[in-house]
Amino acid sequence: MTKKQKKMTARLAVSAVFFVAAMVSEEKITYAWLLFAVAYLSAGYDIPLKACRNIIRGQVFDENFLMTVATFGAIAIGSLEEAVAVMLFYQVGELFNDYAVNKSRKSIKELLDINPEYANVIREDKEEQVDPYEVEMGDTIIIRPGERVPLDGVIIEGASSLDTKALTGEPMPMEVEAGQNVVSGSINLNGVLKVQTTKLFDDSTVAKILELVENASSRKAKAEMFITKFARVYTPIVVGLALMLAIVPPLVLGGGWGTWVYRACSFLVVSCPCALVISVPLSFFGGLGAASRRGILLKGSNYLEAMASLDTVVFDKTGTLTTGEFQVSQVEACRGTKEALLELAVLGEYNSNHPIAQSVKAAYQKPVDTGRIGQVKEISGYGIQAQVEVDGKWHELYIGSQKLMDRQQIAIQDPVSVMGTTLYLADETGYLGAIVISDTVRTDVPEALAGLRKKGVRDLVMLTGDKEEVGKAVAQKLGINLVYGNLLPADKVLKVEELLKRRASGKTLAFVGDGINDAPVLARADVGIAMGGIGSDAAVEAADVVIMDDAPSKIVDTIQIARKTMAIVKQNILFAIGVKVLVLVLVAAGYATMWAAVFGDVGVSVIAILNAIRALSYRRK
Amino acid sequence: MKKIIKLEGLCCANCAAKIEEGVKKIPGVKEASLSFMTQRLTIQAEDGKEEAVVEAARKVADKIEPEAVFKVLR
Repeated sequence: MTKKQKKMTARLAVSAVFFVAAMVSEEKITYAWLLFAVAYLSAGYDIPLKACRNIIRGQVFDENFLMTVATFGAIAIGSLEEAVAVMLFYQVGELFNDYAVNKSRKSIKELLDINPEYANVIREDKEEQVDPYEVEMGDTIIIRPGERVPLDGVIIEGASSLDTKALTGEPMPMEVEAGQNVVSGSINLNGVLKVQTTKLFDDSTVAKILELVENASSRKAKAEMFITKFARVYTPIVVGLALMLAIVPPLVLGGGWGTWVYRACSFLVVSCPCALVISVPLSFFGGLGAASRRGILLKGSNYLEAMASLDTVVFDKTGTLTTGEFQVSQVEACRGTKEALLELAVLGEYNSNHPIAQSVKAAYQKPVDTGRIGQVKEISGYGIQAQVEVDGKWHELYIGSQKLMDRQQIAIQDPVSVMGTTLYLADETGYLGAIVISDTVRTDVPEALAGLRKKGVRDLVMLTGDKEEVGKAVAQKLGINLVYGNLLPADKVLKVEELLKRRASGKTLAFVGDGINDAPVLARADVGIAMGGIGSDAAVEAADVVIMDDAPSKIVDTIQIARKTMAIVKQNILFAIGVKVLVLVLVAAGYATMWAAVFGDVGVSVIAILNAIRALSYRRK
Repeated sequence: MKKIIKLEGLCCANCAAKIEEGVKKIPGVKEASLSFMTQRLTIQAEDGKEEAVVEAARKVADKIEPEAVFKVLR
């Protein structure tokens, strides 16, 4: 609690004691009104003052004014008990609001407590502790265990594990060593690291993330805008009705001013829009917080709204569904064993640094006898021609694409697979077999796609620059229903525009990319989701949602968080408006007292806030 | 130019909405958004009018929520 809140609590406690005393003794002593007066003033002496001050400043119709008129009206007609109750409970509600808002502001702040306070920079062979802002690009900094990485950079000396939990939501520490990049905001766990910075602080990951999150709520959801607009008309209307209620019926029906003024005052109590106005941004804020705790950053509550009604999810293949790393996925030997074929391929490709050769070597884990490799000739664009010794005999080996086989006039069997790249092998006697190398699918892609389907996403689409057949094969395996291949980056925008027209009305389309070359597409989609945000400024800039680690399943989490948040927002809007209207009707008809009005204001406010706080917690289902 | 202002102690959500409305009406403001939760007021002002806009925004905020401290962050 803050100082202000503590003072308020004390005031309210005093007020409550006097209030109870006054109610108990009301019948017995003549001076009970004095007790009521103390209770009233203790709870809300400042409210009429604020109302006056604001009227002077030209602010009529704020809640101070409404409460003042309502309580003064109640006092005027002799309902002291109600007047004190209204003031006391109004203040209790305000205190609770304040407490809840502060608490959730604080919990988000703690969540994002990733800001490094200093950097140990080496200047003229001496170590200095400076503000991260003062570190230049290319400076050398030292990061000790327990310290936060202040700027993005490359390790030049040392090895350690980094805790990136605050950034990615990933609880496992990341092992790093010389030559690898470190990301600002992560915490060095054990070794001392010497790092050469590659960015200024302002451009570092941590600064970008903080900027993004702090600006997050500046893009507001429709529900949020609706509620502020509603509040703007609601209060004047209810106040107008209250005025009519106080004047018209007594004039028309004659007499009974007290009854109608009482009802009008009850109207004023319910006319405060605060419960509505506060609970909606509070819910969205909670939702954004729950997401960032899992390493999902959203640029605004409007994107939570959009994520809740996803209908189409478009994926870029390479770097998103697949890692972009190649692996041997299939070996088809025509003669001999698969093992022997792979060995031949390794011997032939041994001296090549091509990514395909690397993955062949990675697949064959045994040591290689380099004495068995003779002359190797690279036929650019076709493959490799190599002399290789097998069982004491030298063979002329051809390894490469189908074009190479055609050139050597070697008949190959039907292409073994359309997935990925096929490497054909042959020697002077003819065709030997083939090795298929394909891009690895990210481990949690199947889980992510199944999850999306379960959440009611109708179309899962894959866009790729690869051949359409290659894409189709991958897509089929994963359960993606639409594939568009042979696309240039510019074509992807056109495809997304086409898909935008196809989606059901009221539904949204998300594009998931890695932020490289797809900024226009990210911008064009209803929601642009970038993966692997860490270290990639492009992704953070262009996307609406940034998934800090490389897990596509986080999209499912985002949908779940978004839906929960939207449900809470809707519940709050319906509940608050519903109760308020009901109370107004009952009060006008004389079926409810001012106590019901107090519930319609404070009670609703407290319940809506408690409900809003639920948005902050999230557990994966 | 974008100006970012923090309204420290902003405690009434409805006032926040009113301040946002008021700031949007200031001449020279292209876009304005006030987040009640982060207490940040972001103003897109026309070039050259930043100073005047910020001063006018300060007046709007003071009028509606005098308890909030108006701090220009950037």
